Amino acid sequence: MAAIYNPRYETIAREELQQLQLERLQATINRCYKNVPFYRRRLEALGMEPEDFQSLDDLRQLPFTTKQDLRDSYPYDLVALPLREVVRFHLSSGTTGSPTVIAYTANDLAHWTELVARNLVAGEITREDVVQIFFGYGLFSGGFGLHQGAEAIGASVLPVSEAELPQQVKIMQDFRSTALIGMPSYALAIAEAMEAAGVDANSLSLRVGLFGAEPWSEERRQAIEERLHIRAYDIYGLSEMGGPGVSGECPERCGLHLAEDHYLVEVVDPATGEPLPEGEEGELVFTTLTKEALPLLRYRSGDLSALDSAPCACGRTVARMRRVCCRTDDMVIIHGINVFPADVATVLASFPEVSEHFQLVVEQVGVLDELEVRVELAPQFFSDTIRGLEGLEQEIADKIRANLGVGVAVKLVEPKTIERSIGKAKRVLDLRDKE
Amino acid sequence: MAATRIVQQVSIFLENKSGRLAEVCTTLGAHDINIRALCIADTSDFGILRLIVNDPAKAASVLQQAGFSVGQTSVIALQIPDRPGGLGGVLEKLEAVGINVEYMYAFFVRREGDAVVLFRVADDVLESTIRLLQEANVPILSAEDVYAL
Repeated sequence: MAAIYNPRYETIAREELQQLQLERLQATINRCYKNVPFYRRRLEALGMEPEDFQSLDDLRQLPFTTKQDLRDSYPYDLVALPLREVVRFHLSSGTTGSPTVIAYTANDLAHWTELVARNLVAGEITREDVVQIFFGYGLFSGGFGLHQGAEAIGASVLPVSEAELPQQVKIMQDFRSTALIGMPSYALAIAEAMEAAGVDANSLSLRVGLFGAEPWSEERRQAIEERLHIRAYDIYGLSEMGGPGVSGECPERCGLHLAEDHYLVEVVDPATGEPLPEGEEGELVFTTLTKEALPLLRYRSGDLSALDSAPCACGRTVARMRRVCCRTDDMVIIHGINVFPADVATVLASFPEVSEHFQLVVEQVGVLDELEVRVELAPQFFSDTIRGLEGLEQEIADKIRANLGVGVAVKLVEPKTIERSIGKAKRVLDLRDKE
Repeated sequence: MAATRIVQQVSIFLENKSGRLAEVCTTLGAHDINIRALCIADTSDFGILRLIVNDPAKAASVLQQAGFSVGQTSVIALQIPDRPGGLGGVLEKLEAVGINVEYMYAFFVRREGDAVVLFRVADDVLESTIRLLQEANVPILSAEDVYAL
C-alpha cells in the first residue's frame, strides 16, 4: 500500500472524525464569537450563542461567508488574534483593486505544512525526490505552501518559482529533478520549451508531478504525462482556506482526499444555498476547524464539485471531492490569476468609446492559455482610422494589465454582436480543452 | 464661408465577416440614401467603411439604429485636374507646410471634367488647410455640392 503521511487522521474512522469535527467546530465558533466582531454580530442577529451549536448540522443555521465579506474586511477585520500572534500573511491571487487577505499564526503554518505534506506523500513524493517548484513565491500562497510541505517530508527542494522557461529546463537537467510542482499550464509550457531546445524527456529524471491552482482537464493531464514522462496528480486549495493542502489525489486517482480534520466541507445548491445529498454536484462550502488567525465559517468557494465518503482503496477514510472544473461565478483563472468579469467591467467603463457589453474568451494558444476581451464599440465612435482603433485596443489592454495584473488581448466588435441572455450575462467563453 | 467647405463623412466600424457590407448598403438604400463615394480600410480583424452620402446625418442615424457603430468625420473635397501630376501638385502644397493627410480617396464621378478627391486631415488643422488651399486657388467643393454630386 502506498505511503500515508498521517495515518492517524487520514485513516480515521468516520464516527471518530465527526466527533473530532464537532469539538473543533465548537472551539472555532467560540473563538469567532469572542474575537471577530463580524461573526459576533451574525450570531447575535440570529439570537444564537456558541453553546447552541450541539451538532454539525447546527452550523447550517449560519449564513454564508462570501468573497465580498472578505474584501470588505481587508486587511485586518476578520483576524481573530492580536497581530503579535500573526507570523505570516498571504493575499489572494487576482485583482489588485480588492484582494483578500489570509493570516497565519505559528500553529496555522505548522498545520498548513502538514496538510501539504499529506498531499505530497499521497502524490508519491518522498525524501528521495528532487522537487522543482514553479509556483510563484510571494503574496500568492502556492510557492511557500508547497515549499514548506516538501521540506517537511525531507525532499530536496528547488524553489525555482516563476523563472524563465529555459532556466526551468536547465535546472531540470542539471539537478536531475524528479518531481515538478506548479500550475498545469506552466508544466505544458516547460514541456514545449524542452522540446524546442531538443531535450528528450527520456534523458531527464522526472518521475512525478503535482499540479493545481487552476482547473485542468483529463485531456491536459494526459498531455502532461505523455510529454514529460511523469505521473501527474491534482492538488486543490484556495487562498481563503490558507492555500494549497485542502485536498489532493492519491495513486487511485478517484477524487481528491480532503483534510476533513481541518476543514468541514459542505456541498450546497448554488442557487438556493440548501445542502445537497452526498454525490450530487454543488458548490463547495468550507468551514475552518483549526485556523487560529483567520477562522472562516461557511465560506462559499464558488467551486463546483461532489463528495464521496466511501473508503478509498488507498486506505484513506477521509472523503474525496471530484476534481473541480467549473465555478458558480464567472471567475476565470488564467496563469494562476483570478480574473473577475466585474473588474474588467470597471476598467471598460472608463472608456467612452466602448459599450458595457463585453465577453472574456479563454483560449488555448499552443500550450498557453490566453485571455481575449471582446468589447462592443459604442453606437457612436470617435476615431475612424485603423491606427486610432488599434490604439484604443492597446490602451484598454494596458489599463486591464495595470489594474488586474493580467495580460489580455482586446478585440473591438460591432454593437449587438455579443450574446445577451436573460438574467445572468454570459460573460465568459472558455474554449480551453474540456473533458 | 469656410464651414460649408467642410464635408461630413460617415464612418462605419465593420468586423471582417460576410454580409455586413451588404447590410450597410441595404439599410441606406431602404432610406433613400445614395452613396456618392466610399473607401474601406481594413486589418485582419476589422475594417472601417467611409462613405460620402447625400444626407450624412440621416445616414448616421439609420445605421446606428440598425446596430452599427457609426462616426462622423470632417473631410475636404477638392476638385483636381484630371491629368498627370494634378494630385501631386496639391499634395506638395500641403506637405510644404507640414500638413499630414491621414487618408484620401476619389469620387466615382467627375465634375467639370476634373476628378474629385476627398482629403482627411487632423481636425485641428482643418480650417488652416482650407485657407491654404483657397489661397493656392485649388477649387474646394462646398458640402452642398458634394452631397448633390
